[in-house]
Amino acid sequence: MLFGPRLTGLSRQHRNSLMSFSTQGIELKTRNEWLRQGIELLSSMRFAISLLTIICIASVIGTVLKQNEPVNNYVNQFGPFWSDIFIKLALNTVYSAWWFLLILAFLVVSTSLCISRHTPKILADWRVFKEGLRVQSLKAFGNRATGVMTENTVNAAARVVQQLQSSGWKVKTQVRETPNGEGVMIAAKAGAANKLGYLAAHSAIVLICIGALFDGDMVVRAQMWLGDKTVFKGNGLIADVPAENRLALNNPTYRGNMLVPEGAQASTVILSQSDGVVLQDLPFSVELKKFVVEYYNTGMPKLFASDIVIHDKETGEKIEERVEVNHPVSYKGVQIYQSSFDDGGSTIYANALPMGALTKPFKIEGVIGSSVPLVRENERLAVEFTGLRVINVENMAAAKMGADTAGSGADVRAVDLGTKLKNHLGSGSKSTRDEALQNVGPSFSYKLRDGAGQAIEFNNYMLPVGQGDQRVFLLGVRNVPSEPFRYLRVPVDENDSMNGFIALRAALADPQMRDTAVRRYMAEAGQGRTEAERINLETSATRILSLFAGADPWLDNAPSPGVGLNDRPMRLGGLSAMSYFLEQIVPADDRERTSDAMVNLLNALLLELTQVSREAGGLAPLPRTESSQAFLSQAVLALSDSFFYPAPMTFAMSNFDHVQASVFQIARAPGKTVVYLGCLFLIIGIFAMLYVRDRRLWVWLQPNANGETEAEMALSTNRRTLDGDEEFQQLSNRLLQVKP
Amino acid sequence: MTTANESTLASGLNQLMGDQEPKGYFARRSLADWLFAAVMVGAMAIAFALYHGAMDEYEKGILFGITPAAIALGWFWRPMARLMVGGAALAMLAIWLYQGPEGADLARAETVFLLKYFLSSQSAILWMCVTVFMSTAFYWLGMISRKNSDSMELLGSRVAWLSVVLAVVGTLVRWYESHQMGPDIGHIPVSNLYEVFVLFTWMTTAFYLYYESHYKTRAMGAFVMLVVSAAVAFLVWYTLVREAQAIQPLVPALQSWWMKLHVPANFIGYGTFAIAAMVAFAYLIKSQAQETNWWRLAPLWVLGVVLCFEPIVFRQSSQTGGTLYWVVYTAISAAIIAGILLGRRRIAERLPSLEVLDDVMYKAIAVGFAFFTIATVLGALWAAEAWGGYWSWDPKETWALIVWLNYAAWLHMRMMKGLRGTVASWWALVGLAITTFAFLGVNMFLSGLHSYGEL
Repeated sequence: MLFGPRLTGLSRQHRNSLMSFSTQGIELKTRNEWLRQGIELLSSMRFAISLLTIICIASVIGTVLKQNEPVNNYVNQFGPFWSDIFIKLALNTVYSAWWFLLILAFLVVSTSLCISRHTPKILADWRVFKEGLRVQSLKAFGNRATGVMTENTVNAAARVVQQLQSSGWKVKTQVRETPNGEGVMIAAKAGAANKLGYLAAHSAIVLICIGALFDGDMVVRAQMWLGDKTVFKGNGLIADVPAENRLALNNPTYRGNMLVPEGAQASTVILSQSDGVVLQDLPFSVELKKFVVEYYNTGMPKLFASDIVIHDKETGEKIEERVEVNHPVSYKGVQIYQSSFDDGGSTIYANALPMGALTKPFKIEGVIGSSVPLVRENERLAVEFTGLRVINVENMAAAKMGADTAGSGADVRAVDLGTKLKNHLGSGSKSTRDEALQNVGPSFSYKLRDGAGQAIEFNNYMLPVGQGDQRVFLLGVRNVPSEPFRYLRVPVDENDSMNGFIALRAALADPQMRDTAVRRYMAEAGQGRTEAERINLETSATRILSLFAGADPWLDNAPSPGVGLNDRPMRLGGLSAMSYFLEQIVPADDRERTSDAMVNLLNALLLELTQVSREAGGLAPLPRTESSQAFLSQAVLALSDSFFYPAPMTFAMSNFDHVQASVFQIARAPGKTVVYLGCLFLIIGIFAMLYVRDRRLWVWLQPNANGETEAEMALSTNRRTLDGDEEFQQLSNRLLQVKP
Repeated sequence: MTTANESTLASGLNQLMGDQEPKGYFARRSLADWLFAAVMVGAMAIAFALYHGAMDEYEKGILFGITPAAIALGWFWRPMARLMVGGAALAMLAIWLYQGPEGADLARAETVFLLKYFLSSQSAILWMCVTVFMSTAFYWLGMISRKNSDSMELLGSRVAWLSVVLAVVGTLVRWYESHQMGPDIGHIPVSNLYEVFVLFTWMTTAFYLYYESHYKTRAMGAFVMLVVSAAVAFLVWYTLVREAQAIQPLVPALQSWWMKLHVPANFIGYGTFAIAAMVAFAYLIKSQAQETNWWRLAPLWVLGVVLCFEPIVFRQSSQTGGTLYWVVYTAISAAIIAGILLGRRRIAERLPSLEVLDDVMYKAIAVGFAFFTIATVLGALWAAEAWGGYWSWDPKETWALIVWLNYAAWLHMRMMKGLRGTVASWWALVGLAITTFAFLGVNMFLSGLHSYGEL
């Protein structure tokens, strides 16, 4: 059976007696139809629910559509038409959109009206017992019981009142004349806190909304609409920003960021607005003594902390504090949070190493954030130092596993369930993942910007990465910030440096050295061959080396792999040039054989070229060892990839001075107290509404002709539950002394 | 106060009568209750005596505050007292077994038999997974079997209790183990997706077992344990395929006292919302038991499958392994739902009355809503410390708000308009879909500050 509507068939009077809430709005007694209907709508539950539904939908949009992105991102993602609509509707900043705030304001008004509508009723009801209820009305209630007791009415009434009072009911009685003598109507009530819960929970909504609206950027925006403040849209030093872009010291609420480099002080917070920034001066300045980062041995960050000194501008007081994530510092009503960190002006010392271009190495130094011009002949380039990372923790397992599998030939995926389960017994401390986390040392990033303003981003590691003979320097490149870096892997030489490879790369670009290498190769390989064979082999060797070097005139018409800086088209070279040659010249069924022969020849030639390059650099020839072999095989790949390297040189960091900066979030949010009070009310209110049942009970006792007492009992509650029914059952058994 | 216009009754109303009053709260306590209270107070005293040096004022306050709270909880529902004492005793046994000649040694988990196969955190949690599946199977056998229904359901209930005990032991032991890994690593195991799934499993099961004893019917277990089984299936996949079970230290943002409160409060919400949805599903099955039109049953099947599908839909975003696992998962869940629909007459016979189902649904949502409110408020308090603002419209926060508003509307409609029955049940089922998205989907699809449980 379903619970039907509880109150069907009740007269108007009984409805009131139950004080069931209506969900209709306030009905004003005014002749103005519009005002009356407007107020009724505003204070009705259906209006509040509609508002909440719109808030839900808007919130979903806000989580799906990335908020506060630059306009161009929306244009790229959705096209000009939709992005225009999104921005017109402020869907890119839903939560601070005027219509969203308007809905919240309406919600506040609606909820306030709802409270004001119910409060008088609740207060009136608070005092009323409704002991004057007609006996006839009891028959209409859902929970009803009757009984006949042997005691006389006086005793029965005394007992019932006593029992009710001792179980926490508030009781009032009314004596009425009946044909058989005096009867008593006992009216009792319990759980009035339920109604207070209603008030608490609903006023909580109002408090939370008001507090949060105040702490949002409404106040800041109001100062721009109504006051003389404007948004700053330019660039430049904070000190040069004029007063109309600065908010007053007594601004009650704001939230923004402040960057402080180590050893420096700052006292101006930057509040970002949708179309620029405004500045907020603080009554104190924050000096960063040191920014501390600690790591667990897994490479996960363990601590971000800033040791700061607060200099009070008024009193000149100095207060030392430590700001950590989860441990903000509060000073004069302003909260200082550890938000993130940045570079505070580290200096990079680097060597520029030519990548195939015929230039000499040179030294360069610069501060992060600065730009160093490189003007050479008619080519204009600038190095912009963009970042320094002192610690890079990488998972080295992936590379290692690949190597193991190649060696053993076993399928690593073949793990039987038994082994797997065994790995998952025992303590939770052991990881079964293939992880070999390792700090691979510092790296720095820079951009090369050409005369046309085009820039390519680079990310170079200072130290070689990997194990044993397979260690490589990682030189990362990317054209757009959204891409991951692609890495050129340069093998280390016997001195753990990049120089061996750089010399080899230079030799490959030098036609004379290539010729020398071919001649040396022929001196050995030419022995025991006929003249014709020798000429043939020498032609092939020269051709292959010039193809690999990208110098062969035949490649002039080959497709370019891309455009480098200063719009200089990159030239096909390396293994791609050789495979292009194969595809174009050699018939399909002959390619595999030819390709093998070409690669063998190339390896031999590159060995000679290495020796030539070392001789030119005054180094001993490469010994025929395993590590030389490893160097050579990696060098072939790196040389080949170097043709895709879009710059004529790379920068190898030799040293650095690390200076960090801490980014603080600075907030003044006086609305917080109101919001927290609202939260407290909300929790209390919800528990009271859900767990306190508001009940009213009437027991009508009247003597019958035999001197016994007839009892009729009814319970009204705002919510009927099985527990409530059971409680009534027990209550009626006790009060009416019905033996179960 | 009686302020009636008494006449002859005046004296009578003051008489003391009534000898059958219910006894007072303390008078109703049994010997076992007092024993339990003594054990808790003793445990508190020992903990204080041993470790007061390592505790700050807050922690001392919490220790003193939690003791009466635990006693009250144990008195409110006696099986809870047994769970607390039993779980703690087994966890202490595990800790004792971890002690080697030179102090605690986690390597003993590989050599000590009891630790290796039962009491170490991973073993206990694996056993928990097994027992949850077993319990679900027994409940369903009870549902289907014509002869042994009651005994099968009793078995299901007992095994469900076992899984709760194992989960609690696994959690406590894992907490201990994390502290043994390093002084800076130890933390309560509620910090990543693996740990919160264990939390979800035992909290949901425990809440269900409470309703089972309160309403004196075990027939809802078949439905509720299905959702717990789905969570455990996810946990098994997460462990075996993703290898995500290892204890990880806490990133700075999570190093906060609030985590201990915020996460469990949230999972009371998630767990009870899940119970409400499964009971709603049972309600719909029962109310449509006589339905013979397949097209009328189809929406129910579709929504059931959609709910099961939710984790898989999320899986699309990442490419790594385990596809076969999810194919099997899908096949099993679609078959189970089809089976439920096919056997709806028999199931309807077994299920308690619609009033009881409706009442459980309401109660579960009420508990969930209250705790979800607390969790969200705690989250706001925490966010104010960690992120610099109590509300920043982070996707997780926003979806928590949507979940909250959804159930707020449900409760409003029920209390104000008397919404019951089929519509309320459908709504509760849809509520679970929204909740699951807020719990899992947000972590996978939407970026934000709240990206701790990665998939």
